Amino acid sequence: MSYWEQLYTALPPIAERNTWQEIYGKFYLSWFEGGRWMTYFQGLATTIQVTVMALALGVVLGVLVAVIRTAHDQQRPGQHNFLLGLVNLVCKVYVTVIRGTPMLVQLMIMGFVVFKSSRNFALVGALSLGINSGAYVAEIIRGGLMSLDVGQSEAGRSLGLNYMDTMRFIVVPQAFKAILPSLGNEFIVLLKDTSLISVIAGKEIVYFARAIITKTYEPMFPYLITAAMYLIMVLIFSWLQGKLERRLRQSDRR
Amino acid sequence: MIDVKNLSKSFGDHLVLDDISEHISPGEKVVVIGPSGSGKSTFLRCLNLLETPTAGTITFQGTVITDPKVKIDKVRQQMGMVFQHFNLFPNMTIRRNITLAPVRTGLMRQEEADGLALSLLQRVDLVDKAEAYPSQLSGGQKQRIAIVRALAMKPKVMLFDEPTSALDPEMVGEVLDVMKELARDGMTMVVVTHEMGFAREVGSRVLFMDGGHILEQNEPHAFFDHPQNPRTQLFLSKVL
Repeated sequence: MSYWEQLYTALPPIAERNTWQEIYGKFYLSWFEGGRWMTYFQGLATTIQVTVMALALGVVLGVLVAVIRTAHDQQRPGQHNFLLGLVNLVCKVYVTVIRGTPMLVQLMIMGFVVFKSSRNFALVGALSLGINSGAYVAEIIRGGLMSLDVGQSEAGRSLGLNYMDTMRFIVVPQAFKAILPSLGNEFIVLLKDTSLISVIAGKEIVYFARAIITKTYEPMFPYLITAAMYLIMVLIFSWLQGKLERRLRQSDRR
Repeated sequence: MIDVKNLSKSFGDHLVLDDISEHISPGEKVVVIGPSGSGKSTFLRCLNLLETPTAGTITFQGTVITDPKVKIDKVRQQMGMVFQHFNLFPNMTIRRNITLAPVRTGLMRQEEADGLALSLLQRVDLVDKAEAYPSQLSGGQKQRIAIVRALAMKPKVMLFDEPTSALDPEMVGEVLDVMKELARDGMTMVVVTHEMGFAREVGSRVLFMDGGHILEQNEPHAFFDHPQNPRTQLFLSKVL
């Protein structure tokens, strides 16, 4: 018998539990009882999996849409490409619809309508989150590309570099540095939004927390534990992001 | 070398260049002056198609570069350009600023480009800044590097778009010195500027632009001493 279990089983004989004993009792039920703490970590694993998959999909979609939209806007006058115009329109509709509807509703449509026969709830969740994130990432990247002084790409082109090289060596590295804070912010939002997939039965942290509550009727600790887990993940991510930003700021030093 | 025929450019309803025809011969140092908004920068930027002309043709060394089928990158590799705001790449060291284009366009290998960068930096007395970043340089130093960066492509002609307008007065001299040296070496130059002293000393021809037209042009001494057009006379009376 572990130390914590001994401590807990020592509680019942006390007729009148004081407040702290009461709280510890609730905590024990929500964390140690029957190895429940493991289910939180099981949920955590799903959360991380879903985040990584959604992140990858979001970045790919975001870069694609941003590149198409900026390429379309930067065409030389009189040389408009019809196909590019069509693809650009599709991208615009995608961004408008995704940004114009709530994440939760998108998730429900994906889970209960589009993929209603799918049993792989986490995958459907990751797909919805990735599609959602892609729209925001696209706008962040597009903003970064547009915010860069047009003189930078003009200087590149005037030297005879082609469009791709100018983007690759001059525009994208600078734009990436500029958008990193907003991109980090978007990733944090994405990480936290994975909690929503519990509504389509995705087995992440909130899903297990609620399962525990239905057994113990004690909502405080499962939710507090869930909150703490998200907070720790976000803190770790913010720390990594700060490190990356400091590294990229190398060329700013005087 | 550069032949401009009936060049017009408008931004929306605003006509900036109105039917300009002009010829620039090899070795010429053409200085373009005029009040702001006269279209002189737009004229310069049309020469390497940073602005797409609305009408007219530009021929560079026998190639009609306004033809959409022309590979514009190849043309631009032979036309250096220096901007008012330097436009150095802040994410690269000075050495890489200079060598990026020659290497990526296949003009030379990295080692050759490094050697060339070194000798060019020697010319403008900035060898010790090779591994510095642009943010560590003064305005005058940045503009000298920008000139060197354009020269690294071994261009046939150099276009200068108000190269000293964004500089502190005390740094104008060092940039003009580099440009004078370049002129002495026989480079073909088109310079948009407000530096009348430079125009008089270095220019082989001065163009005065206003309202999208070239109103007057002449050899610099005749131009400054005996301007013919009343608009030119008024402009010069204000700036000299």
